[in-house]
Amino acid sequence: MSEPEAESTENAANPLSRRSLVKGLALVPLVAAGLPGCSERSSGTSKSAVAPGERYTPAFFNAEEWAFIVAACDRLIPRDEHGPGAVELGVAEFIDRHMQTPYASGDIWYMLGPFIEASAEFGYQGRLAVRDILRVGLGAIDAHCRSHFDGKSFAALEHARQEALLKSAESGHLQLEGISSQLFFAELLAEVRNGYFSDPVHGGNKGMGSWKMIGYPGMRADYTDWVEIRDRPYPLPPVDLAGRRG
Amino acid sequence: MAVTQPKVDAVIVGMGWTGAIMAKELTDAGLSVVALERGPDRDTQPDFAYPKVVDELEGSVHRKFLQSLSQETVTVRHKTGDTAVPYRQMGSFKPGTGVGGAGSHWSGCHFRALPEDFRLRSAVEQRYGRRFIPAEMAIQDYPITYEDLEPHFDHFEYVCGTSGRAGVLNGARQEGGNPFEGSRRRDYPLPPNRNYLGAEWFYRAAREVGYHAYPIPASNASAPYVNPYGCQMGPCNFCGFCSDYGCLNYSKASPNVCILPVLRLRKQFVLRTHAQVLRVNLDRARERATGVTYLDAQGREVEQPADLVVLCAFSLYNVHLMLLSGIGKPYDPIANAGTVGRNYSYQNLNRVVLFFGDDVQANGFIGNGGAGTTIDDLNGKQLDNAKAGFVGGGIIWARQPGAGPVRGITVPPGTPGWGSAWKRAIKESFRHSFYYEVQGACMSYRSHYLDLDPTYKDAFGRPLLRMTFDWHENEIKASQFLVGKALDMCKTLKPKALSGDAKQTGSHYNVTQYQSTHTCGGAIMGADPSSSALNRYLQSWDVPNVFAPGANAFPQNNGYNPTGMVGALTYWAAKAIREQYLKTPGALVQA
Repeated sequence: MSEPEAESTENAANPLSRRSLVKGLALVPLVAAGLPGCSERSSGTSKSAVAPGERYTPAFFNAEEWAFIVAACDRLIPRDEHGPGAVELGVAEFIDRHMQTPYASGDIWYMLGPFIEASAEFGYQGRLAVRDILRVGLGAIDAHCRSHFDGKSFAALEHARQEALLKSAESGHLQLEGISSQLFFAELLAEVRNGYFSDPVHGGNKGMGSWKMIGYPGMRADYTDWVEIRDRPYPLPPVDLAGRRG
Repeated sequence: MAVTQPKVDAVIVGMGWTGAIMAKELTDAGLSVVALERGPDRDTQPDFAYPKVVDELEGSVHRKFLQSLSQETVTVRHKTGDTAVPYRQMGSFKPGTGVGGAGSHWSGCHFRALPEDFRLRSAVEQRYGRRFIPAEMAIQDYPITYEDLEPHFDHFEYVCGTSGRAGVLNGARQEGGNPFEGSRRRDYPLPPNRNYLGAEWFYRAAREVGYHAYPIPASNASAPYVNPYGCQMGPCNFCGFCSDYGCLNYSKASPNVCILPVLRLRKQFVLRTHAQVLRVNLDRARERATGVTYLDAQGREVEQPADLVVLCAFSLYNVHLMLLSGIGKPYDPIANAGTVGRNYSYQNLNRVVLFFGDDVQANGFIGNGGAGTTIDDLNGKQLDNAKAGFVGGGIIWARQPGAGPVRGITVPPGTPGWGSAWKRAIKESFRHSFYYEVQGACMSYRSHYLDLDPTYKDAFGRPLLRMTFDWHENEIKASQFLVGKALDMCKTLKPKALSGDAKQTGSHYNVTQYQSTHTCGGAIMGADPSSSALNRYLQSWDVPNVFAPGANAFPQNNGYNPTGMVGALTYWAAKAIREQYLKTPGALVQA
């Protein structure tokens, strides 16, 4: 929602808030770089997808799939004036690791047949688990790209075209071989958000970058002293499961 | 060959609230009890210990503390004649598993039913005439009264350390409580929890429109507490990981914290976990249960003989076990005959979200599962149903069980789901928005029921339970009416944006979105054995040494959370077993 009036009142009432947050974000890569397991990266290339570092070698995705995931992460949560992007926070690494968990192979889903079509109110009724939805879906989009765009893969396309394809998948208009583009997009976006927001122990959200952006105190889990305080923002930075402070 | 265990006095299926209460009461009476729990053992230490328990990916995506659907689930369809499909991914409702059951990952809202909820059909007929109730609506009176249950509501609140404020004490109205509640014998064991911003503002909004706001009774301790069993609870620290999570702080009442510490020390109590009960075994005449058969942790079939079988699984699985075991006659919606499976109902939950500027510190990450503020002005007999145009009422509340970004950040309507515009919106919304909810009653209908699915099987080869349910026009009208009232309240708070999700006319039940775990009915209690599976003591009409306490006993659902009622009903049934059944085993009510 963008109501310019509300916006300006808000800034007038609290001129420090947004500006200082944005300023503060410039520090994120420096802080993150000092943390163990974090990759080095250039903070200046806001336009292009920067791989989260050479130190992580994908184990689930092959090189082409990995390129797709990194590009998609960069489109879905780009680095911008609001805060860090998914790529610099290691979301691709998160997804690669998450696809190797029991959850991604259908551990908590009912996976027995028969598999019959039903209306959307009944949820996904197919036989693919999350990791297969991602792998089959991104393969189908890459195949679509190669046949429509001079043999180029999704990752090799211009950003605007990548965004258009993702929008088309989101709405379900994109017709893919063997899988619903809408299903694929929904799982992809859920995974990107999971990686962006989950505790850094799972491989994404490096340096608690997303938590700092939205003002989430992370895993503090004790707000006894702040329940009834109304007149100022919650003051403490996040902590993660490992006890690190953001 | 099945292994056979030595016979015991009572076998209990499931170790959530109802199982723990029954085990406590029956061992108090000197019975030997074996409890069979399909999931793992769980306790505050080590399972809910900080910091591991507050991992949002584990709790809210991997759903570590909920039932996995991989082995057992239900199938769902909207109407008879449709083909039901499995509930494959957790969405609309979230049954638990493991010791504590859903009682370990609930939020803590702990209501009593209203006196008029017990005689719903009579009350509606009396006030609005018989014809006001649609022909297909199957609502019934409870076979008991509020007064019957009052001592048990009271006791369960004291077991749980419920924090609240009495509205009517021994017939006298009390300032600050719910003026419309049934009279209580004494106040809550603990005072209400403190208010976060949304709950405090709810008072203001309610005053503006003339409602009587009061603190939601919450089984989240507001102060240190020792319950009548000697179990200790610590004050809630508003950690924000309540719904879906076990409590890290001994603050949220659960079977694990409030009852099991006593049970675990009892020699006549045996708890077997990873014990999946497959069926209740009956004698040839199908008039008496001889025990149960379960799969043990190694996958062996084991027979557990017992004189008394108490079904204490989640409401849906209690009905499932009755159908699989041939206890009572399955319900047939066409003939309107049979009892097991009938009167399935749910909860009519709707949400309104209020978005503010960054000068409003809503801090949704601060959370206390059950606490908050609510009103009863549109519930029970306060609501003029003829004017409103539907049967049943509901409550509007401010609750804040704790938000985190993996659990989702609500953004104003029209915001894209990704990209820079989304990022900006989540930054603006996360700390500066909160929500109010409408929790509406849900009536039962002739066509809404549970039976066995003809196609789908669980991992043990048994037919899945099939749910036939959809939103009826009555509930859609209620949703629109109550959400409208909630929006009127919200507008007085002048949010910069507001969203409401009232059900649209013609919309259908959607299992993909979480609404409520309050699945009710299917094995209901009643006065007439031709229209209820259980008598007034939660005893099977057909197999009198089987009792089935739980929300499965509700003939329809009211506007409240069911746990307070479920606990009270279980104590009520346990009292009948102890004081009547054990003296003369057999039917406690003559059919």
